[in-house]
Amino acid sequence: MRAAVVTFPGSNADRDLVVAFRNAGADVTTVWHKDSALPEGTDIVGLPGGFSFGDYLRCGAIAARSPITRAVIEHAERGGYILGICNGFQILTETGILPGALMRNAGLKFLCKPEPLTVATTDSVFTQGYKPGEEITVPIAHHDGNYVATPDLLDRLRGEDRVAFTYRANPNGSQEAIAGILSDNRRVLGMMPHPERACEDAHGLTDGKRLFAGLVDVLATA
Amino acid sequence: MTEPAITDDLIAAHGLKPEEYDRILEIIGRAPSFTELGIFSAMWNEHCSYKSSKKWLRTLPVSGPQVICGPGENAGVVDIGDGQAVIFKMESHNHPSYIEPYQGAATGVGGILRDVFTMGARPIAAMNSLSFGSPDHPKTRQLVHGVVEGIGGYGNSFGVPTIGGEVRFDSAYDGNCLVNAFAAGLADADKIFYSAASGVGMPVVYLGAKTGRDGVGGATMASAEFDETIEEKRPTVQVGDPFTEKRLMEATLELMATGAVISIQDMGAAGLTCSAVEMGDKGGLGVRLDLEKVPQREAGMTAYEMMLSESQERMLMVLRPEKEAEARAVFEKWDLDFAIVGETIAEDRFLVMHNGEVKADLPLATLSGSAPEYDRPWEETPPADELGEIAAVDPIDGLKALVSSVNYCSREWVFEQYDHTVMADTQERPGRGAGIVRVHGTGKSLAFTSDVTPRYVKANPVEGGKQAVAEAFRNLCAVGAKPLATTDNLNFGNPEKPEIMGQFVGALKGIGAACAALDTPIVSGNVSLYNETDGTAILPTPTICAVGLIAADEEPILGTAREGHVALLVGETAGHLGQSAILAEVYNRVEGDAPPVDLEAERRNGEFIRANREFIKACTDLSDGGLALAAFEMAEAGGVGVTIDETDMAQLFGEDQARYLVACNFDQAEALMIAAGRAGVPLKSVGRFTGTEVTLGGVSAPLEELATLYRESFGRHFG
Repeated sequence: MRAAVVTFPGSNADRDLVVAFRNAGADVTTVWHKDSALPEGTDIVGLPGGFSFGDYLRCGAIAARSPITRAVIEHAERGGYILGICNGFQILTETGILPGALMRNAGLKFLCKPEPLTVATTDSVFTQGYKPGEEITVPIAHHDGNYVATPDLLDRLRGEDRVAFTYRANPNGSQEAIAGILSDNRRVLGMMPHPERACEDAHGLTDGKRLFAGLVDVLATA
Repeated sequence: MTEPAITDDLIAAHGLKPEEYDRILEIIGRAPSFTELGIFSAMWNEHCSYKSSKKWLRTLPVSGPQVICGPGENAGVVDIGDGQAVIFKMESHNHPSYIEPYQGAATGVGGILRDVFTMGARPIAAMNSLSFGSPDHPKTRQLVHGVVEGIGGYGNSFGVPTIGGEVRFDSAYDGNCLVNAFAAGLADADKIFYSAASGVGMPVVYLGAKTGRDGVGGATMASAEFDETIEEKRPTVQVGDPFTEKRLMEATLELMATGAVISIQDMGAAGLTCSAVEMGDKGGLGVRLDLEKVPQREAGMTAYEMMLSESQERMLMVLRPEKEAEARAVFEKWDLDFAIVGETIAEDRFLVMHNGEVKADLPLATLSGSAPEYDRPWEETPPADELGEIAAVDPIDGLKALVSSVNYCSREWVFEQYDHTVMADTQERPGRGAGIVRVHGTGKSLAFTSDVTPRYVKANPVEGGKQAVAEAFRNLCAVGAKPLATTDNLNFGNPEKPEIMGQFVGALKGIGAACAALDTPIVSGNVSLYNETDGTAILPTPTICAVGLIAADEEPILGTAREGHVALLVGETAGHLGQSAILAEVYNRVEGDAPPVDLEAERRNGEFIRANREFIKACTDLSDGGLALAAFEMAEAGGVGVTIDETDMAQLFGEDQARYLVACNFDQAEALMIAAGRAGVPLKSVGRFTGTEVTLGGVSAPLEELATLYRESFGRHFG
């Protein structure tokens, strides 16, 4: 399975995502944001956490206009897989690959803590390693994770079983406590929590490991 | 453009004393130009020259087999084995943070990160030590919010985990908060970059963000007391841009890997002036600068403004000329400025040109080496008064007073605003003694802690100084780390007052003795004096940050107490209540002497903990609030009740040093007893972790009730 992790100039969790993919058994290449093409044979694109361009405007707004992002959109249009974590999720909504928007946390403060989540669907390569409704704990670390969508969109996400994770104690005011959503073809996941920071015993949390392990498993044999 | 004439007022406005100005005349044999006066003021202010503190700083232990580079460079460098080094320093940003809390704190973090990556190290951990005024003071709330958000805003975006720190409140900081920022980085021991230039005719390159008018005169401002005109000083506070800093770090590390860098220096206090003079002086060379080549953010900047600007996210480098194209490409990749602004010259000369006009022409080595040095008169701090009678308190009431105090409640409200998990190597979150990060890709870990108890230092500077080092040492030992070295951030009042200078001298004696006895040399540091407002000084606050190593074949002590664990107390308890937390929080009394520090016992007991980690499930050091608070915190972390049999208040709340609380099962407790007997370490069972109640001396309260107080008090004050 070949993963390509994009580095924007202000990405700061790109290495962490590379390590998580690699530990799960993936071949990982990093791609600079000024590149205009993804490596040949890329199965999945990883959009890492961080502050892609400082995010002084809307988070991810400038990254959505980077040269590589054109290639990422085309990858999505071809039915390619994408995992966007934190700033990566924000970039996915800014490009329109995923619907909705991520606003400033309801409490207006940056929040970093282990966060209990519910696995809301297991019908995706990302979540098939979990049990339906399973409670997992994954760290969050964001200032703008408050997921906002129109009532119609919320209906659709629910109706199409596209909510991947929800918060059990909604720390940021997200509508319907949404922590992560899937694209309509279920091949793109955007999530605010950081599964790559919950993969090893040394992290103190290991619930993120199954996301990467399951992903590599399925895509390797696909 | 004509420069203003040099008048007595202008000299005074630059913070220069008449006798210091006479010295300038003597050195250059003529009256200085306006730009030259600015340069002297930048080099000679307290912040940059350490003129009041140097004499005493020289007495500190700074070497040891583990030390690769001690004080004098941007940060200290310490060997951690396998050809790797940890590079670290702490620095204050007190005055800017009081004037403009968000940007002051943010640029404090930016400055210390730059000190670390300038040496070729990737930052892997940050901490901070914050001292605020009374929680009821009208300014405190705004400062707490601004400073905490500023630290988070910068560090979170940059991408360094903030894994620890201190937050304290005392009315002595009402008019002068303290913001001390620490950063540590990792590098290969043979790939450290230093500031000494070498070679004549080598290009001097300006890197990073453009120069603006922000921060002009900042270092001089930081070297004066505050008064009611403080708001006027807001323009001297710089504005931080963590996104540019992040790119500057990546570009600098990439550049270093190309072999293009001869020497490099970050532009911090007094930016271009200090960095250029430092590189020239250390290399025994002169420097010529052509200021029109400096990337500028604003039009019409004068030589004076450029030489004194403290715009952030900038570096100065001496380049190997044959690598210019390669170096330029790296900076273009990261969309940062790269400009050759001068060259090294053979003569001992600091020559500053602007559009072909000489703006400054000074003897460089003399400029750098001739800063005044003062042997300030000092008075020994008189012995503390005897502690008077203390009425007994119900131990649970005492504990409740502590856990609901802003000084001893949980700091979760603060720590969760800092990203402490980025880089995915954090093993211990902030809030429980030392923070721990893995050394990426190895089996090793590094532990970091920041400590000082200012009320002890005020009562007894020598013992208080020792105690700061001893507590840092204990916090490292309690997680199983071997203490390697320390950095200090010495915050005091006006050194021109003998009683303040006496606090400084006393504290340094204590710190020096403790660092020598505990084998934790001071490898870097910072002094912040004049922390006074309208003549009232802060509590003397010599912050000590210590770094420890957990080897690849060692496990950190990271467990929590569990149902059925035995509570063991390591160390001797005399019941010292002088200057204790319980005395302040319950009786509102600040009295008595600081607890004495037995450095021999500290060392022995710390080594005992590290050597017997296999028998220890959970461990914490005892400090503020003594056994009672430590037992509660351990119970709260483990979600299990605790019963401490002791009934005597001094035994429960005394703050005797060199002590640890250990939780383990019964068999392990037996093993520890035997080991303690052999090592001559006092150890006794003081109770058990069990049930859902906290019981002290026969009085109980539900753990949940106390834990709620503990977790919610900070937010109740400031949320």
